[in-house]
Amino acid sequence: MKALILIALVFCAVPAAAQRRVIPPSDIKSGFEFLGPDLKKLQQDDFANPGTLWVDRGEKLWRAAAGGDGKSCADCHGDARTSMKGVAVSYPKIDERTGKLMSLEARILQSRVERQKAPPLARESEDLLALSAYITSLSRGLPMEANIDGPARRNFELGEAFFFRRRGQLNLACMHCHDANWGRTLFEERISQGHPNAWPAYRLDWQTMGSLERRLRACLSGVRAEILPYGSPEYTDLALYLSWRARGLPIESPGVRR
Amino acid sequence: MSARIQLPAEARRGEIIEVRVLIQHPMETGYRFNDSGTPIPRNVIHTILCAYNGTEVLRAEISSGIAANPYLQFFMVAESSGELLLTWIDDEGVRGTERQSLIVRE
Amino acid sequence: MFAGLCSLPSLSRAQSQVSDPAIVAVTKGARLVRERVKLEMPVIAENGNAVPLKVSVTSPMSATDYVKAIHLVSDRNPVRNMASFNLGPYSGRAELSTRVRLAGSQNVTAIAEMSDGSFWMDRTHVQVTLSACLDES
Repeated sequence: MKALILIALVFCAVPAAAQRRVIPPSDIKSGFEFLGPDLKKLQQDDFANPGTLWVDRGEKLWRAAAGGDGKSCADCHGDARTSMKGVAVSYPKIDERTGKLMSLEARILQSRVERQKAPPLARESEDLLALSAYITSLSRGLPMEANIDGPARRNFELGEAFFFRRRGQLNLACMHCHDANWGRTLFEERISQGHPNAWPAYRLDWQTMGSLERRLRACLSGVRAEILPYGSPEYTDLALYLSWRARGLPIESPGVRR
Repeated sequence: MSARIQLPAEARRGEIIEVRVLIQHPMETGYRFNDSGTPIPRNVIHTILCAYNGTEVLRAEISSGIAANPYLQFFMVAESSGELLLTWIDDEGVRGTERQSLIVRE
Repeated sequence: MFAGLCSLPSLSRAQSQVSDPAIVAVTKGARLVRERVKLEMPVIAENGNAVPLKVSVTSPMSATDYVKAIHLVSDRNPVRNMASFNLGPYSGRAELSTRVRLAGSQNVTAIAEMSDGSFWMDRTHVQVTLSACLDES
């Protein structure tokens, strides 16, 4: 046990900054670039991309009354095609009222419980994914632009620290795959840069739609680290760092990923 | 569960048109386990029917070998204006439908 | 040289196809020739959960001469009969596309059943790659 701690200390003792190999802005590539031709074609097919099924459902839910007051999203926010256009590019963002950093999913849940007086939707439920996929799809093609100033700064720093910290039985940080080794082959896959611009995305491994948070959980599982529960602030902090890191990349949701 | 049908907006009489359908369904194989380790029972769509103005234009008998959220692309001859009715039935007996109309000109 | 020989539809090959129970279930033992059907799938599939597949059959699709059905048979899936599609003269063109599941690298066979009772086929091999990362999320 002591030996293990010692090894861990030796690795951690190297200043993180010394190991950092941040991707230069000119080399930033969407995960799309790391897909094979069949999956590229599937994502670009506006009819056959399976993620469009969730987008369709989200569009219906937007107009559907829910909760005690019988209000729909549209009753407050109007036509999402105008009111929600460009909204997803700056998530996660600080909620002005609570001062907390919120993912788009968390923001939808907040509205649903507090405004619509409806029971919360479960994380990764079809309806929550449908709403977040619909809202995110309305920013398709627009560049990601996270705001990391002011109160978001602290969350950004925590997310950045998470990205560079080794974890799990494989003792890898996010940066080891996605900053230092992107483009190289792992088993039979090309390692992507780990950008969040396609999420929520349809993932073939899951055979369904999933949130960025679920994708981050899959990464934690991949390095055999503890999988933090849904809604943990670590995910939102990391998502903010990732959004900032991917700034300028166009939103692709609903993306298709392996 | 939602579904989508794609037809051309209009067609000439006798024209061979492309039909595309996409149905939201997990096509559960029966070989997967949930988080607590219990097997998830098999539930796949076993039949997909496409009828145009009441006449069958495609009948697909499918199994777990078809990917989740089944996608089909096929052809039909456009004879007259009308409606394509897509019906699917799964192992649990759940039946879903979706419709799309087509204008056929002389 | 050997590769060239193997790709020819030989008699022994035709017989071995007919002895495959999943294929006999479709053809009821009728002669099956590797002609008239074209099966298109990727040589390497990035993920076995949704592999694009396209089948086309040479047929006039007339009232008297048409493709009645297209059957898809997998060599290695737990359920070997993947799908049967019933077509007719109303189809106009004997061609369809879908996405299939493949439980590992294997051969896929597409069989066309004609209105005159004859059977024709094509077969292709797909290499299915696995995910690099374990996902137990």
